[in-house]
Amino acid sequence: MTATHEDTMRSSVGDPGAGKRGMNLTLRVWRQQGPTVKGKMVTYKVTDISPDMSFLEMLDVLNEQLILQGDDPVAFDHDCREGICGMCGVVINGMAHGPQQTTTCQLHMRSFKDGDTIDVEPWRATAFPIIKDLAVDRRALDRIIQAGGYISVPTGTAPEAHATPVPKKDADNAFDAATCIGCGACVAACPNASSMLFTAAKVTHLGLLPQGQPERNDRVVNMVAQQDREGFGGCTNIGECSAACPKGISMETISRLNHDLLGALRAGARPKS
Amino acid sequence: MVTVTDSTQRRAPKAAKTTSVFKKAVMAISGIILVLYLIAHMIGNLKAFSGEEEFNHYSEWLRTIGNPALPGSTALWLIRIVLLVAVFAHMWAAISLWRQAKRARPQGYVTKKAMAQSYASRTMRWGGVIIAAFVIWHLLDLTWGTVNSAADSGPYDKLVASFSNPVSTAFYAIAVILVGMHLRHGIWSATQTLGQSNRRREVTVNYAATAIATVLTLGFLLVPFSVLFGLID
Repeated sequence: MTATHEDTMRSSVGDPGAGKRGMNLTLRVWRQQGPTVKGKMVTYKVTDISPDMSFLEMLDVLNEQLILQGDDPVAFDHDCREGICGMCGVVINGMAHGPQQTTTCQLHMRSFKDGDTIDVEPWRATAFPIIKDLAVDRRALDRIIQAGGYISVPTGTAPEAHATPVPKKDADNAFDAATCIGCGACVAACPNASSMLFTAAKVTHLGLLPQGQPERNDRVVNMVAQQDREGFGGCTNIGECSAACPKGISMETISRLNHDLLGALRAGARPKS
Repeated sequence: MVTVTDSTQRRAPKAAKTTSVFKKAVMAISGIILVLYLIAHMIGNLKAFSGEEEFNHYSEWLRTIGNPALPGSTALWLIRIVLLVAVFAHMWAAISLWRQAKRARPQGYVTKKAMAQSYASRTMRWGGVIIAAFVIWHLLDLTWGTVNSAADSGPYDKLVASFSNPVSTAFYAIAVILVGMHLRHGIWSATQTLGQSNRRREVTVNYAATAIATVLTLGFLLVPFSVLFGLID
């Protein structure tokens, strides 16, 4: 490859991998004008994509291109771009957040090859209506939290940490569950569009800690009732959720939710209507 | 961010007893009853190796368990009622959750790749439908004898008549393998649903599910293939 050829291949948005050849990709992106409009896959070409770009940066390049052409840019959600806010997320080549077990913003273009065709679709679930293109309304997850994913204690200054001892194992497991960022990849990946892994992570997180005990029974019945009400599917323990979860929340949390729910029902807890 | 108004009507809250997790528990418990029955059924089948007299005697015993304390086939009918209730509860939960899953994603993905699911877990629903159809044929064949060429003879003769036919044996084999796969995922899933699994037990539960499914599948396949190859006649 000649030096001049390489120069022309260099990305216009500052290429950290300068000297390497950029990738040319074919994107098939779900375009949908609004919640009630019919959508379809539209094919775009992007050229000279650096392998060091994140997937979202690659979509930024596409959008710049579309704006310059006078077209409507592709709508997609994103915020921190550091893998911790849970705002971004699209289904890439049929996998929630794409081929790496991370968030879409932390997926890098080095996971793809020059000449690849990449399908980009929104999370698909009745409970996540499409707002536009790849952006979906995930407030159903917020309403599940509102149904019981909290503890009712007066907030104030932080209490003395040693006042409430927590066994190390419980603290670790609670923390693992608390790493859930509510991105919705579990729902997107689930063949039943179930939000069970999300709800289970919250139930596990609070249920393992002493502060979560007083509301433990009501929490689980109300959160599960809300997730059914939102139109999510039921869990069939297939494991797609955990495999897609950028935080690697385990299937154990689902077993724990089931255990808590059956115990709560036996104890007479019923969901608020 | 764009704000949207809810275009879909939220459904009225349902009673606690019908949450998806409760339906799963019904599915798990009825499934366990059916697995226990399958174990007993397989042991009964293997009596075919003890010869015609022993096999027919076992069949007769099933119809007279508890005699004379219990009159006639009381015990057998009690078992049949438990099984019927379990089968219908299992089907009710499955159909209802299947419909819920369909409502939860009316528009599928253009491209969807499986990351973790097994063939067994993917075939639970249609597999279940095929198994239900098989069970009806199986009863018509060997219990009532309606479709059996030796309808008027004893249980042993009906068994031999049915499995001497390669088509009949093939259908039986396919159904039994489907049952095996159904159990492979079902046993693991039931353990999860009843909240008895955790990270430490997960591997053991999965091995146990595979082992039980394999033993039952082989146990059920042994008799028909022995008939087909003339080891039992």
